[in-house]
Amino acid sequence: MSVRSSAIRIPATKYPVERLTLPNGLRVVLAPDRSAPVVGVAVVYDVGIRSEPEGRTGFAHLFEHLMFQGSENLEKLAHFRYVQGSGGTFNGSTHLDYTDYFETLPSNALERALFLEADRMRGPRLTSENLRNQVDVVKEEIRVNVLNRPYGGFPWLKLPPVMFDTFPNAHDGYGSFTDLESATVEDAAEFFQRYYAAGNAVLSVSGDFDVAEATRLVEEHFGDVPARKAPTRPDFDEPDLAEERRHSYTDRLAPLPAVAAAWRVPDPIDDLAGYLPYVVLAEVLTDGDASRLVERMVLRDRSVTSVGGYLGFMGEPFAVRDPTALLLQAHLPPGGDVGKVLDTIDEECQRIATDGLAPGELARTQARMATHLLRDVDAVLGRCLQMAVLEQQRGAPELINELPRLIAEVTEEQILAAAAALTAQRRASVEVIPGGGNK
Amino acid sequence: MRQLPALGPNRPLKLPKIVEETLPNGLTVMAIRRPAVPLVEVRLRLPFARAHLARTAVLTQTMLSGADGLTGVEIAAELQKVGGGLNSGADPDRLLLSGNSLTAGLERLLEIMSSVLTGASYPSGEVATERGRLADRIRVALSQPSHLAREALLKRIYGRHPYAVQTPTPEQVVSVTPGALRKLHAERIHPAGAILVIVGDVTPNKAIAAAERALSAWTGDGKDVELPAVPELEPGPLTLVDRPDAVQSSLRVALPAVPRTHPDHAPLQLANLIFGGYFSSRWVENIREDKGYTYGPHSLIEHAVAGSSLTVAAEVATEVTGPALLETMYELGRLASLPPREDELEQARQYALGTLQLGMSTQAGLAGLAVTYAGFGLRLDYLADHAGRLAKVSVDEVGAAAARYLAPARAVSLVLGDAERIEPSLSALTPVTRAGSEVV
Repeated sequence: MSVRSSAIRIPATKYPVERLTLPNGLRVVLAPDRSAPVVGVAVVYDVGIRSEPEGRTGFAHLFEHLMFQGSENLEKLAHFRYVQGSGGTFNGSTHLDYTDYFETLPSNALERALFLEADRMRGPRLTSENLRNQVDVVKEEIRVNVLNRPYGGFPWLKLPPVMFDTFPNAHDGYGSFTDLESATVEDAAEFFQRYYAAGNAVLSVSGDFDVAEATRLVEEHFGDVPARKAPTRPDFDEPDLAEERRHSYTDRLAPLPAVAAAWRVPDPIDDLAGYLPYVVLAEVLTDGDASRLVERMVLRDRSVTSVGGYLGFMGEPFAVRDPTALLLQAHLPPGGDVGKVLDTIDEECQRIATDGLAPGELARTQARMATHLLRDVDAVLGRCLQMAVLEQQRGAPELINELPRLIAEVTEEQILAAAAALTAQRRASVEVIPGGGNK
Repeated sequence: MRQLPALGPNRPLKLPKIVEETLPNGLTVMAIRRPAVPLVEVRLRLPFARAHLARTAVLTQTMLSGADGLTGVEIAAELQKVGGGLNSGADPDRLLLSGNSLTAGLERLLEIMSSVLTGASYPSGEVATERGRLADRIRVALSQPSHLAREALLKRIYGRHPYAVQTPTPEQVVSVTPGALRKLHAERIHPAGAILVIVGDVTPNKAIAAAERALSAWTGDGKDVELPAVPELEPGPLTLVDRPDAVQSSLRVALPAVPRTHPDHAPLQLANLIFGGYFSSRWVENIREDKGYTYGPHSLIEHAVAGSSLTVAAEVATEVTGPALLETMYELGRLASLPPREDELEQARQYALGTLQLGMSTQAGLAGLAVTYAGFGLRLDYLADHAGRLAKVSVDEVGAAAARYLAPARAVSLVLGDAERIEPSLSALTPVTRAGSEVV
């Protein structure tokens, strides 16, 4: 087998996208695709972990749970039963800058899903019984994902407080048990009133439907949702780090050391062109055995057993606003030296900045990124959610068709400049000290 | 009150066209066209029953570490050039090589697969690196409660069957040699009995022709290895596995199940949904939405070649471990004793039928379904038949299946947690034995 040199052409999707805004301020994105008899329906509200008030850590997520507890015309449990009893699946999730609610269903259930989303947009049933029940459920969620497992919350909950100084960016988005337990129904009502306004939401529908018919159904079900304006979103910006920050903590369940490091990157929304090189650089550094850091640290030095790189603390490069970061995280073998790992990362970034990339290195990374992007949009829900957030944060759902090409247009010169910016002085890192044996 | 809109007419389950051909070397190739995105998905399934556990685990991590004059890094780079990627994994039944690429990269992807299948070299440096990494990953897994609970449950239900141990120890992994890997590869990686599935933006005939060009040089034959049927579940005292200071307990209940081709499969699938197999089930509504004991309880039927099983699983707060077991046994017993209501069955039926549609709506989903069913000698048309059976199951048939398979008397229960804190409340409900001291 020999190696080959010519670069592959990067293809694109051509999903049609229709946008409209209802008189109550609700923005709507319709993306028909009749390749499978399924639809995705998502409502995304422009509120997330960064917007929760001090003393109420974890509230955005707790509130997400409350949106499933019944609404104007629906008893508790009805939402779940109607979605699943239509052959569909549902969920919701809370992110730094947004909260989403979504269903995937056979396309004959489209109207039902619109009804269900409109009903809770008019108002969830907020009762103290449901609140107490969901506080208990959320505490179990935190135990499963953070407290009862090794590397829980690493690094997404552990690194922001090292990198950031202000409450919105630094606090624990899952929340403390004390804050969760002190949440009240009044808090929830206020949060809904302020953030869950039609004008602060995007409805996205993807899949097997006719645009005219779907438009009619959307108007019918959402048209009389009361108009409320979107609150002004505060500027969460913080200055870049002027000197290195390092922190460590002991994880009583972790058997091996680990480290994560982050560097601030340009504003993903206002400066997409400046941001994209970092998205590509993360893959040049860590995507597969032929990437810089895997080849050097995993395969050659054996200083780490795995290394990964991505944009945004929740790993969503195109669903996060400023301030955000490029993250690298690595797991080390027994007795591994975190300081050396950080030094090697610095050295490899500087090597890219000074010596440039190998022939074909950028093109092959971009080709693989195109596959990942295209694969994500093949699923009706992936497409639906991504378009919803692109509309909400950028007013540009059609970007979904353009991302593979934009990624492919990033130049070597831009990658070198991005790599040069990943200096130790601008870095925040957090080390996991293993406190556990195999228990 | 606003009225809930009725559902539109049910869309019939539409199966994609599948072209299947067995190549002269014995490899079965199946191709399905789904042009939604300009990609292709490939899955290659190789029967791997009774293969040495640690060697198989290391083999999956080193198959792509060098072949045909290319290093592992060069293989990775060559795949990336066509937007491609490959990885391999194994379970006690099979080895699965999975990959994808841009459509224009299909030929290259298959060529590289062929090089790996015919010429994987297992270089000693790379093998040493990968077995060390794997050992570390296993060390991490051994600190995860879900993994520990699964290991203990497998041991308890499968006894001396090969399914009983599915993860090697770190020590076993680090002693695997390149020579042993080459030998295992020579013995087991052959086209006879293997199945290749190609799904994507390519016509089936082109996909099969590409497979034939790339893989016809792959030859060889080996012995067929069959596993004995899994043993019947042997109910007994609840097995308690100690995990001192755990803030949650991992509750597991194993129950009998039947293969996809068994007449009880459709009614059992629906009975399981009604019990705890989806969110809108009795058990989830009870222990999560009413009592707040847990976050993500689930009840799942798993099919393996030598037998099927049903596993009920929940991570519950330490202080409610006993009450959570009580509610679990109550809901199992309730369904095993009394048939469900018509509306409960209808809701579960719609869910089962609808999620069949959702599962087939992506390239990766289709590829996964096709290769999984093929591993059991089934083809995707099975799904249409199965949908027909689901549509007809009656309340009485669900009740009968529940009585037969979900009866608490047939259950094997296990809890991993802080034994000192949870043993008294568990012992109040059922006899308990500490792990390692069961009399089975």
